[in-house]
Amino acid sequence: MRLLGAILLLCFSCSARAELTIEITGAGEHQIPISLVRFAGEEQMGAQAVSSVVSNDLLRTGLFKMIDPAGKLPHEPGEVNYVEWPGVEALIIGQVRPLDGGRTEVRFRLLDMVRRTELIGLAVTAKNEQIRAIGHRIADLVYEKLTGSPGVFSTRIAYVNREGRKYRLVVADSDGYGEQTLLALNEPIMSPAWSPDGSQLAYVSFERGHATIFVQSLLTSQRSMLADFSGSNSAPAWSPDGKQLAMVLSRDGSSQLYIVRSDGKDLHRITFSETIDTEPVFSPDGKFLLFTSDRGGSAQIYRVPVEGGHAERLTFEGANNFSPRFSPDGKSFVFSHFVDGVFYIAVQDFANQQMQVLTGGGWEKKPSFAPNGKLVLFATESQGRGILATVSSDGRVKQKMVAQRGDIREPIWGPFLK
Amino acid sequence: MKKIILSILLVNLLAACATQKPKETASEPAAAPAATQAADTGTAQAAQTTTAADAAAAAAAAAAAAVPEVRSVYFPFDVDAVQEADRATVQKHGEYLGKNKDVKVRVEGNADERGSTEYNLALGQRRANNVKKMLILSGAAASQIETVSYGEEKPRCTEHNESCWSQNRRADIVYLSK
Repeated sequence: MRLLGAILLLCFSCSARAELTIEITGAGEHQIPISLVRFAGEEQMGAQAVSSVVSNDLLRTGLFKMIDPAGKLPHEPGEVNYVEWPGVEALIIGQVRPLDGGRTEVRFRLLDMVRRTELIGLAVTAKNEQIRAIGHRIADLVYEKLTGSPGVFSTRIAYVNREGRKYRLVVADSDGYGEQTLLALNEPIMSPAWSPDGSQLAYVSFERGHATIFVQSLLTSQRSMLADFSGSNSAPAWSPDGKQLAMVLSRDGSSQLYIVRSDGKDLHRITFSETIDTEPVFSPDGKFLLFTSDRGGSAQIYRVPVEGGHAERLTFEGANNFSPRFSPDGKSFVFSHFVDGVFYIAVQDFANQQMQVLTGGGWEKKPSFAPNGKLVLFATESQGRGILATVSSDGRVKQKMVAQRGDIREPIWGPFLK
Repeated sequence: MKKIILSILLVNLLAACATQKPKETASEPAAAPAATQAADTGTAQAAQTTTAADAAAAAAAAAAAAVPEVRSVYFPFDVDAVQEADRATVQKHGEYLGKNKDVKVRVEGNADERGSTEYNLALGQRRANNVKKMLILSGAAASQIETVSYGEEKPRCTEHNESCWSQNRRADIVYLSK
């Protein structure tokens, strides 16, 4: 609470492997005071230490207040003197031990400092290069235990990085580390979309001279063409069961919504307007599509049953509204709200139809919810460069992730991995 | 001023073409980009190009032949209809294509960055489609024209201001070599 409105700057540039600088502003309404003791065996390590990954993950949510251990160095529950930690509700301790064969063992415990009990204890071993993944997993467990919602630190994000005419389709950890380039082209790449199981990405590529849709496996990197009709083939979106994709084709004139099976068969048209219909996205129950259309004279968000039929206009505020995405519980949707020449990220509740602007405005585009619904990832700009940003779904905590090169565009948060 | 110079250029070229066979005109696209760009970026350059074209004398002018020189049309924000001021430009291309049935073009639609990438892709496609329709009404056959949209992905100008955006809200008629 005392940190409310304060600005925290976490600079990872001290690490040689740093890819992003992360800046956090704001804080949650009810911050949980916790403490983390650097794990035994990590004394010589920097930002790559497991305990640093855990600490940074938790800090980025804005839901926790990190209290300095002030020199105390317990690594086992028996070493914790509970009376020495006033005001601390939970304590994270652990040990890291190198094993033979390039592996590392990490043991960690989460202690309830009020009830003086152990909430979680875990020992895992992993290859040295997967050490950050262990940190994210621990952060997920701590987050879920302390907030009641599943953590999203182990999930991945996808985006497009543009440097001059070079475009890369990139998948990275939720904190921006561990970038993997799936595709590099000298032609535009747009609109990556995760399959529901996180194993595939659909996207738009201009490598054939016009916009066509590809589907690519993250495991094998194998890819196949989903749609290559005349005109533009774009805006792929998976159905919740992964068996179908909605997409946009302009083969019959103006851009319209279609649904096709993931094997490319059984193509059928959903909308029949003479205007632009684009950016379809399935509702979590698979019954509806949200999409952007200018059928009313300006670009706004509409909802239509997946079998087609009457499309209901949902947004009325601002000059234009674009790029809708459902919240994971299906109760609201997030979108890019354009008014007076400025793009904002906004969320609207289906039940009361109230729109809430979450951000301060700028070139803020392409929002998507984290799979736990607590954060929204979007593209914005800082000092003339396209960057990633997140905002908590209540608008309180904002975070910018500045990459060291290129413009980041078209981000989308991936699903929970099973 | 720009329009006057371009008109003179067009008249010259049209005059030159009257004596040319269509086949020689179709192999010309390489000379087009400089002239197109000059037309977009301002009077001074357009004038220079005219001078250059004059200097290159009959050879260049003859090679350029009947392909209309102005190959870009511009649109207001979030509008996809060909503007009144550009109708004549598009009609000239349509008439040319009507007389040269072996010539093919690609109409490339573009949009400024104010919108989502997908909306702008759709908007660029509508701009290209509308230019195509007008080309057909002016004498071209549908089979001579392909359309493509680059949306906001291939901006000619990348700053966040109207002078940039106005250059990016554009459809280009690109002559394809056989």
